[in-house]
Amino acid sequence: MSSLLTRVKLQQIKKAIEEGKRLDQRNLNEYRAFSIEQGAIEKAEGSARVKLGKTEVLVGIKVEVGTPYADTPNNGVMTVNAELVPLASSTFEPGPPGDEAIELSRIVDRGIRESEAIDTEKLCIIPGKKVFVVFVDIYVLNHDGNLIDASAMAAVSALMNTKMHNYEIVDEEVIIKQGYTPLPMNDFPITVTLGKIVDKLFIDPGLEEEEVMDSRLSIAFTGKGEICAMQKGGSGYFTAEQLKEAMSLAQSTAESQRKKLKW
Amino acid sequence: MNEKPKKLINTKGLRLDGRKPNELRSVKIDVGILPNADGSAYIEHGKNKILAGAFGPREMHPKHLQQADRMVLRCRYHMAPFSVPERKSPAPSRRENELSKVIRDALLPAVFIENYPRTGVDVFIEVLQADGGTRCASITAASLALADAGIPMRDLVVACAAGKVDNKIALDLMDIEDKIGTADVPVAYMPNLNAITLLQMDGKLSLKEFENAVEIATGGCKQIYEIQKEALKKKYEIIEQEEEVE
Repeated sequence: MSSLLTRVKLQQIKKAIEEGKRLDQRNLNEYRAFSIEQGAIEKAEGSARVKLGKTEVLVGIKVEVGTPYADTPNNGVMTVNAELVPLASSTFEPGPPGDEAIELSRIVDRGIRESEAIDTEKLCIIPGKKVFVVFVDIYVLNHDGNLIDASAMAAVSALMNTKMHNYEIVDEEVIIKQGYTPLPMNDFPITVTLGKIVDKLFIDPGLEEEEVMDSRLSIAFTGKGEICAMQKGGSGYFTAEQLKEAMSLAQSTAESQRKKLKW
Repeated sequence: MNEKPKKLINTKGLRLDGRKPNELRSVKIDVGILPNADGSAYIEHGKNKILAGAFGPREMHPKHLQQADRMVLRCRYHMAPFSVPERKSPAPSRRENELSKVIRDALLPAVFIENYPRTGVDVFIEVLQADGGTRCASITAASLALADAGIPMRDLVVACAAGKVDNKIALDLMDIEDKIGTADVPVAYMPNLNAITLLQMDGKLSLKEFENAVEIATGGCKQIYEIQKEALKKKYEIIEQEEEVE
């Protein structure tokens, strides 16, 4: 569907990257500038708004009392949902989440879950019966590429900002009391996404770069620098050597991002 | 969770947030904040935080909905799951579907739809935080989004509610007043044409009280209208300044 003009531009992007340059003057290993605003939504138990270049994502956290899964009776529950709201892009349409939104929410979910970022044991109220359920809702407000990293950054920032209601147990019933306790956190994972065109790797793809790249790799790192989640996307492939290069590029980027974030 | 207050208006005649019965909440509006939309607006009306984005005029999909003699305007009102105290399922509710329709009906009279045959315009409204009166604040923002998209209009549409709390007619109800109060009358209005484009009511009012409610609601609309116009002008002032710098 792309018009002639955009096809010419996409060719330029491709050519520049093959020569090791980018149309927005960034280096291949350079992230776009970002900003984080925590607590923008007072009615949510936690929230954060992240701007990454022109990409903008709002994450709101709701914490409610629910039932645990049968196989983890002593752990609270976290669910992640993503909405590509139609005002974020002319290509987003109203309706239930499609493939792209579901993949996005599941990548963010895995980064948080596998790093054990939330101390879910502390979310248990009555073992096997009542636990806190943490709803992470990702709301994409403007799409300009790399929704994965922006959403992951917003989700972790919102969790850091989340408070749970104080409660007491009376006859197996949970009574909500005045006051709050911060959500217990163990770790602050960082997700880094890179794109690949032919044999060139580049960090933090923008929207137009996403349209021409062969494939994508997203890697989540724990605070200790371990890999905790990964997802390859796109129709291209990585050779074993490219994968090695991608891993080390992502790892050094995650380290410098962590310094900037002060997590 | 919290105890419900018994009185919404205290002995000094002030409401829970310190407002007088005929006083608006604070209203803040920014225009043109969504880079990917053709027109957009963000409104903070009290604790309501709402984004509106307009796309079009563009080719109408699906094609069988095209109209040979006019543009088709579509509106979608949607609440974020974290916008309310209890998480709201992201699937559209019956309430959201109804509001989408009445918001569209409130905006349509303002738009010169006959100028753009066979096209479609979509207005997407996302409520990021709700605190009573979201349909009104949505209309105020949505009409700015349409104007910002360059769609010719007869007037901006502005909306505000009035209602009855503690036996008194009050302007611009917040959530708790809407829930405990006895009546709510949202009104959308085109001040230049003196035309009411949305009118709903629930609760009980005498005819006289109703007339009074509509009068103070349109009064509230006129106040917001000034803020609306300023917000629209502000965007284009910024552009002018940028051009001067160049």
